[in-house]
Order: sequence, then structure tokens, then C-alpha cells
Amino acid sequence: MFDQAVVKMIGNGILETLYMTLTSTFIAYIIGLPLGVALVVTDKDGIHPIRWLNSILNVIVNILRSIPFLILMIFVTPLTRAIIGTSLGPTATIVPLVIGSAPFIARLVESSIKEIDKGVIEAAQSMGAKPMQIIWKVLLPEARPSILVGAAIAVTTILSYSAMAGIIGGRGLGDIAIRYGYYRYENGIMFVTVALLVIIVQVLQEVDMMVARKNDKRRK
Amino acid sequence: MYYGIRGDDGISTPETIVSLRNLTKTFPTADGAGFTALHDISLDIRKGEIFGIIGMSGAGKSTLVRCINYLERPTSGTVLFQGRDLSKLSMPELLRVRQSIGMIFQQFNLLMQRTALQNVCFPLEIAGVEKKARIRRAEELLELVGLADKRNSYPSQLSGGQCQRVAIARALATSPQVLLCDEATSALDPSTTRGVLALIREINEKLGITVIIITHEMAVIEEICQRVAIIDAGRIAEVGPVSDIFTHPKSDAARRLVLPPGERVEEFMGGRRCRIVFDGRSAFEPVISNLVLEFRHPVNILYANTKEIDGKAVGQMIIALPEDDHLAERMLGSMRAQGLSVEEVTGDV
Repeated sequence: MFDQAVVKMIGNGILETLYMTLTSTFIAYIIGLPLGVALVVTDKDGIHPIRWLNSILNVIVNILRSIPFLILMIFVTPLTRAIIGTSLGPTATIVPLVIGSAPFIARLVESSIKEIDKGVIEAAQSMGAKPMQIIWKVLLPEARPSILVGAAIAVTTILSYSAMAGIIGGRGLGDIAIRYGYYRYENGIMFVTVALLVIIVQVLQEVDMMVARKNDKRRK
Repeated sequence: MYYGIRGDDGISTPETIVSLRNLTKTFPTADGAGFTALHDISLDIRKGEIFGIIGMSGAGKSTLVRCINYLERPTSGTVLFQGRDLSKLSMPELLRVRQSIGMIFQQFNLLMQRTALQNVCFPLEIAGVEKKARIRRAEELLELVGLADKRNSYPSQLSGGQCQRVAIARALATSPQVLLCDEATSALDPSTTRGVLALIREINEKLGITVIIITHEMAVIEEICQRVAIIDAGRIAEVGPVSDIFTHPKSDAARRLVLPPGERVEEFMGGRRCRIVFDGRSAFEPVISNLVLEFRHPVNILYANTKEIDGKAVGQMIIALPEDDHLAERMLGSMRAQGLSVEEVTGDV
């Protein structure tokens, strides 16, 4: 059962899964982080309230968050084809992964920033800080440990989404589990892929939490 | 006037640095009626003084102090800072004005992810000061507040008193004209409070910074303020030199703050009572003994204590007056003749 071809396939699966997960997480943060900041800043109690913008952002985030990933993935296929040129393979899977997880990341970032004591922001305002200075010098640095903890949740979620992409030919470990475990009843291969997925999640999570702990100056 | 109050000597007219004119602040409420936190407040704060604003919680003092640097925009009325009407300033101008008004808070509000030194650097970064100059200035200030050795410590590694000292250094970084203290010692224990107040006084004397202190504790006002405003339900009940308010409280709110807590006196309800205030001169006279000897009538002391107000020892005592009204009047007259500050107090205090 575990001949060289299978081992090679699983090895590729690991790399594809890591590639999809990490690239998607990275791109999703490029979108989700500013989106999360914007949600807090433009809120009616925020440092620069813009009612209409806040409402629009909230609606977009809520709509995308309420579509199940499996359906979103199929729904954005035309967009994926337009951007990547194909809807198959790990690179194509990055598109739905980013669209599905960026709003989720925005909410994680939003809640991390909202944990900051209002008094600290008020102190910065009393010093004459502009909203942009407050974002760069107060909100992001003070929320950094919490944002990093959120990243562990985000990366786990994106990894599990990436496994779902196996259904529409996204490759990676999820794809292998579905093809061998579900269609061919090869439980051995499925167990191995599941074990590997668990190990990858554990490693990513531990690394992330280690970085978060190292960055937090609150408890020392 | 019993004591010389700085800037109140009648020789020179003290310069006003912050002037509040008919300030009113109404917050919107769910029922649409609105909650008025400040009613028609007018105050003049003089350059170089330590001015106290005291009131019970909910009296509006936190809103008032936030109007001074426009963290809260007053609904009506004007705030003049060095003669400039803050409502007429553009946002960039207002932000610059805020750099000349330092502020410290009850919960210190330090950046938890920055060291003490980096916290002090923070307002300088906002003001666009170059990095080397920033660090030099921050080191100087940490030296001034006595925390030079804690420059690389994070707030979580410092005690409450140390945190407030870092916050004071931070507030002073941009060399402000005014320091606003919002319940700055309320989270600290009594001995730490004294240390922080001593530091504030030192800063006031050394650097000539005007200090505005918001508190609910009379002890803080007595310890370092020269003048005080008593705020009650959003209105100014009384303003004046601390010693005047202590010796002759005119408003109910002032009396509540100056007189000892009601419970201790209420046990003696019934007869007439009077409050005697001793200053430096009369403290040496055996006032009560003289009274007893003169009228051959026992005098019952209900309450007594000594405080230091604006650097001078001041004592107060509450005694029960005799049932005989004629005798009581003669006693009061005799005490007044000795130059004591005497007033009758009623049962409801």
C-alpha cells in the first residue's frame, strides 16, 4: 500500500497543503488586518468614526462570513479562473481561501484591538496624536500579542478549509484523504493524511504561540 | 485671609492660563432628554498655581477636565488656553495645543508593550522629535521622577507608584504649560500618594508648570493645592483658596467635604455645636482651657484633628455648646474675640 509512489504523493500533499495554507494566510492578513483596523477605527466609538463606511464594511464581512466555505469555494470559481487562469490546483485554491478567511481574520483583529484599554488611546489623544499615529503606535503594537494568538486560530481554520478544497481538485492532503479514504476505502492512507494534518496544525500552532508569548510584555 | 496664597498677594494680578466661560456639556441619552454633566461652569486658572477640582463621583469633574484639552467638546461655552479659544482652532492646531497640556490618569494608561523609556519617548515621537533627542529627553525625565534605573522595565514590572511616575515623566516630555491630573492618586495607597503628590509639587515649583488636579479626596487638595473649586452635580459650588474654604465653607458641598464624616458627630445630636478652626497662631493658645476657666462650664469636645493645608498646620475642633443660650453666645463671642474662626454647625452636616 505504501509504495514509493504513495510516499511521494503524500510528500507532495504536505508541501501543497503548507503552500496553500501559508500563502493564503499571508495574503488574507494583508486584506484582513487593515479591514479589522478599519472596523474598529470607523466605529461610532472609534478614533475616527465614519458611519457609512463602517456599515458597508460590516455588511461585507457579515455576508462573506455567513456563506459556508464549501459553497463559497464553488461560487467564486469564475473569479478564480479569471485571476489564476484555472480553478484546479493549489494556487487556484488560494483565491477562495483568501476570500473565505479574510473577513474572519478581520473580526479576529477587530476583537484583538478592542481589548486595548480605552484609557491608553485617550492618553495618546491627550498628547495630540493623529488617528494614523494612534493606529501605528498604539493600536497595532499594543494588540500585537493578541493578534498573534488570533493568527494561530486563523491558520488552523485556513488549513481545514484547504482540506475541503480537495473536493474540487485543490490537491494537498485533504485531496488525498478524500480520494483514497472516501472514494477507494484505503483507510491506511487516510489515517496517515489525517495524522499528518493534526501534526501540521500542532506545529503551526506551537510556533505561533511561542512567537506570541515572546512578544507579550504584559506578564513578566 | 489667614495665609499668604501665592499669586493672591494683591500686589500683582496673576496671569490666567486656562479660562473656562459658561461651559455646559450635555450627553445624549436614549430617551432623547440628554444628561447635562456640566452646567454653566466658569473658572480661571492662574499660571503657575496648583488648582484643585473636587467633587463626589458623578459630579462631572472628569468631563470638566476633558473639556480643558477638548477630549470632550463642550456643548456650549468657551475654553480659553493662553487666551486662545479652542473651539476656533483647526484640528492640527488643536493637536499642537494638546502637546502643551500634559495629562495623567488614575489607571496610568501606559503602553504595556513599551518600556518605561519608550513610554516617555512616545509623546515626542508624536511631536516629531528626532530619535537621539527623544532618548536624551526621556532619560532626563526619568531621572527627574527618580526612575533612571527602571528605563528598560515594562509597566507590568513596575509598582503602581512607579507607573504613575513614568506617566508623569511622559506627560512632561513635550514641556507642557499645564499638567492635568485626573484622579492621579486614587489607585495608589496613602504613602505612595504622598510621594506622587510631593513629586507633582516639586515639578510645579521647579518647572513652573500649572497643575490642575481632579480628585474626590479632600486630603489630596489639602496636601498640595493652593486654590480649589468644589463641583457638585455639574455646577461649581464654591471656588477659593483652600485655606478659606477650609475655615469658612459657604456651600453645603464644601461643608460636607471639610467637616468630619457625619456619623462621628451624629451620636451627639441634640445640643448646639460649633466648629473652631485653628491656624498657626492660635494653635499655641490653650483655647479650650481658657474657655473652661473663663465660664466655669465644662466644654465637650466632639471631634478634633490637625491637617497641613498649603504647607501650614491647621486644626479643627467641634465642641458642644452649653444648653444655656446666653452662655453659649458669650462663649462664641469670647472665642471670636481671640481671633479664632468659629462657626455654628447644624445637625444635618
